[in-house]
Amino acid sequence: MRISSGLYSIKQGLKNIRRNLLFSLASVGTIVSCLFLLGIFYCVVVNFRTAMDDLTNTVTFSVFFDEGISEDNIKLIGDQIRLKEEINTCDFISADQAWKDFAKNNYEDPEEAMKAFAGDNPLKNSASYKITLKDLTNQDQFVKYLESLNGVRKVNASRKAADGIAALNSVVTYSSVSIIVILLLVSIFLISNTITIGITVRKEEIAIMKLIGATNFFVRAPFIVEGIVIGLIGSIIPVILVYLAYDNVINYVIGRYNIIKDFFAFVPVKELFTTLAPVSIIIGVGLGLIGSILTTRKHLKI
Amino acid sequence: MIELNHVKMKYPVSKTYALNDINIKIEEGEFVFIVGTSGSGKTTLIKLLLKELDPTSGSIKVAGYDYAKMKRRSIPKLRRNIGVVFQNFRLLKDRTVYENVAFAQRVIETPSRFIRRQVPAMLTLVGLADRYKAYPRQLSGGEQQRVALARALVNKPAILLADEPTGNLDPKNSWEIMRLLEDVNKKGTTVVVVTHNKEIVNMMQKRVITLKKGELISDEQKGGYIDED
Repeated sequence: MRISSGLYSIKQGLKNIRRNLLFSLASVGTIVSCLFLLGIFYCVVVNFRTAMDDLTNTVTFSVFFDEGISEDNIKLIGDQIRLKEEINTCDFISADQAWKDFAKNNYEDPEEAMKAFAGDNPLKNSASYKITLKDLTNQDQFVKYLESLNGVRKVNASRKAADGIAALNSVVTYSSVSIIVILLLVSIFLISNTITIGITVRKEEIAIMKLIGATNFFVRAPFIVEGIVIGLIGSIIPVILVYLAYDNVINYVIGRYNIIKDFFAFVPVKELFTTLAPVSIIIGVGLGLIGSILTTRKHLKI
Repeated sequence: MIELNHVKMKYPVSKTYALNDINIKIEEGEFVFIVGTSGSGKTTLIKLLLKELDPTSGSIKVAGYDYAKMKRRSIPKLRRNIGVVFQNFRLLKDRTVYENVAFAQRVIETPSRFIRRQVPAMLTLVGLADRYKAYPRQLSGGEQQRVALARALVNKPAILLADEPTGNLDPKNSWEIMRLLEDVNKKGTTVVVVTHNKEIVNMMQKRVITLKKGELISDEQKGGYIDED
């Protein structure tokens, strides 16, 4: 396509938007609300997942060994555990360390307790590996794997907490994705509607273009420009809105409830938007492009 | 230039043929009238020539294109060889005379510098140079048809197809349009005029092809309008 033809198509595309201003605004509005919600969900999900990751790290699995097991075998078990991809940390807790930790956590005066059992560690068979996972979704399989290892006597897993976190994580992720997908489909439908109206309004012009010998691409180009511009405008507005909203909400929450900072770290706004802004714009422009291509294919059979 | 061999056309909803075994050969530079009452198949013939429709059977060749063998993506190239003028002008109402003519060049992606040169020249040819800023609603029927003619000719097509070009015009304007078509033909363009204007057909003494109920009933050099009544 020539530069002058390209400019002509852009001009006609923008003219289409002006001609169908109400429908164009409706399409922009839908994409804005869709991508605004996407932005909000994204912020919530990213923060939620960060919090979940922190929580996941607090869910530990303890692997205890058969009585009288050799140090070499314990080491071998450790190596076998560390082979698994889902391992986040795997630390060896010796029997002495276990007793010290127990005394520290359970006696008002740990020193006294240590002395009372001097030379006789009540937890002498309680050496273990303390494990945290990156993701708790497949924890059942992982526990089975641990139990299948030679020399493993018992695996302690805080299954309820782990199950709860994994389930919550899945619910939030799947419901967000479902809502976003529905909204994206609604956006495509509305863009398609707007373009269809544009095509109807310009029916005569299109018919003449075809008879004069315009190529399919030349006939379609203004409508594709229209779709892209609607998508672009519809994606930039929510990025700005979500940026302002997120920044203000975080500042407000932290300012008002200072204590939150101690147990919850918000993902910084810039970190979020280095992903959200380009993704949002790509989705917006993509919606416009898909909506207009589908519609022109359907209505402009030449 | 235009060749139809045993062309038959039947619409899916119809029991009869809109065109039945039509054979026409029009040489380069000819001026031909195609006449017939409504329902004779004139409109179908135009749609076939523009490849808006495909025939049920038979072959059509126009400007070197064999319609049965050509690919759909070649249709725009074919149509650039055929200028079309309609009875109801079909001008873009929201554009000026200049823009309507320039539009024909824009859609085939003619560079702007050529458009700026060729559009005024074409408007001068049809006698509308001073009305280039006017909108269609500000023009008389005859002037609108001249704009339509300028639009059809600006891309220098090998064939000019005029579908009832005088259908909405008074006798004076009708003759002006026909004179313009004759001038265009003298410069080498093949002109095919579909009409039922008896007076014009009889006066101009050109080749006349007559259709009746989808059949070609007469094809005469320097022919006249066959009165069916």
